[in-house]
Amino acid sequence: MCLAVPGKVISIADNDSAAKMATVSFGGIRREVCLTLVPEVRLDDYVLVHAGFAISVIDEAEAQEIFEYLRQMDESPPAVEGGS
Amino acid sequence: MKFLDEYRDPVAATRLADEIHCITTRPWTIMEVCGGQTHAIMKNGIDKLLPATMTLLHGPGCPVCVTPIELIDKAIALARQPQVILCSFGDMLRVPGSSRDLLSVKAEGADVRTLYSPLDSLKIAEENPDREVVFFAIGFETTAPINAATVREAKRRGLPNFSVLVAQVLVPPAIAAILDAPDCRVQALLAPGHVCAVSGWIEYERLSATCHVPIVVTGFEPLDILEGIAMATRQLERGTTTVENQYRRAVKREGNLEAQRVMNAVFEVTDRSWRGFGVIKASGLVLRDTYSHYDAERKFTLPIPAATESTECISGLILQGRKKPPECPAFAVRCTPARPLGATMVSDEGACAAYYRYNRVPA
Repeated sequence: MCLAVPGKVISIADNDSAAKMATVSFGGIRREVCLTLVPEVRLDDYVLVHAGFAISVIDEAEAQEIFEYLRQMDESPPAVEGGS
Repeated sequence: MKFLDEYRDPVAATRLADEIHCITTRPWTIMEVCGGQTHAIMKNGIDKLLPATMTLLHGPGCPVCVTPIELIDKAIALARQPQVILCSFGDMLRVPGSSRDLLSVKAEGADVRTLYSPLDSLKIAEENPDREVVFFAIGFETTAPINAATVREAKRRGLPNFSVLVAQVLVPPAIAAILDAPDCRVQALLAPGHVCAVSGWIEYERLSATCHVPIVVTGFEPLDILEGIAMATRQLERGTTTVENQYRRAVKREGNLEAQRVMNAVFEVTDRSWRGFGVIKASGLVLRDTYSHYDAERKFTLPIPAATESTECISGLILQGRKKPPECPAFAVRCTPARPLGATMVSDEGACAAYYRYNRVPA
């Protein structure tokens, strides 16, 4: 039910309706998505889409954090038996 | 796809699983609240990567599973009205009511339609001015602003033939009910990332402090879940009980304020019955007076016989994390996705369906 899929906003419809619509690309598959819940969204942003509505704008800098953490782990592996 | 594939990297997943093994010195029991997380855990075999002493319990985060049987009976009764077009998310169609499900009344000729977005129901209402369109508005905080925006848009367009059957529920009161139970085994929680994308986690800070459990707001991809488990484990080992956010790319502490504003403009909080739990105080949403003419329960008066639950199904205990699916004698024998006794065997987020589909069936 709470499934939400990330996609890229590739065009925003030019109208003042409360149900502001955009075209969002999900790895090349395009769908119409309502932007009314994310007024801060801009063209080329990635959004999380749930039931045809964007519910969150993805923070691309924060998205890299886990990989930074993994890189740090690789640079300082946990102590293993017999390590010299 | 960007923001999906990189969070499914098996090498990084193994690295995080190793980290969890390294930091774990005692047996711990962690509950993932959301059914989407339960399915991701089973599908990706995350449970098999964890230390044998670690137990994952599966929470109530499946809106389809906790929708009271009386409301499903009402949806079925509405669908059987000749003038009604009943619109629903697909998950709901096979959930058993007292004697049948929406799919079987559809097979008998009822006009039941599955939607991708609630906005589609407005289009159907505009195209069918001589029919009554009822949208079965189920869901947690993730879906509530979307259903609210749809009702608000129906009002803006002045649609007289549109209404909603509301079954909206809120996560924190159900978590409090689970944590307050005297026999609660849950020592840490993975909070539902998409619910928190809307609601934020301020309420979870209160829960964490009063119930003395660490809570980690967690996403849905394998690396998200493993990192969430690692963060919860670190807190358990240290003895701290704070709220942390693993799902940083999508969730902020205050949540999505615009979504909350739309949700609060259309809905207000009410006591609500949860299938498998009973009534939980302040755990649901109902339309505000200014939108009450969109309430299908007010618009239609239908004689509904008293609801009857399966006597054998233990989905209530499963939703509360007290039992696991293989502990049910009917599991995979008299209850399967093809012939479900309860909603947890039907939904894409139900724990029983996850165990069945990904072969966690006792030998």
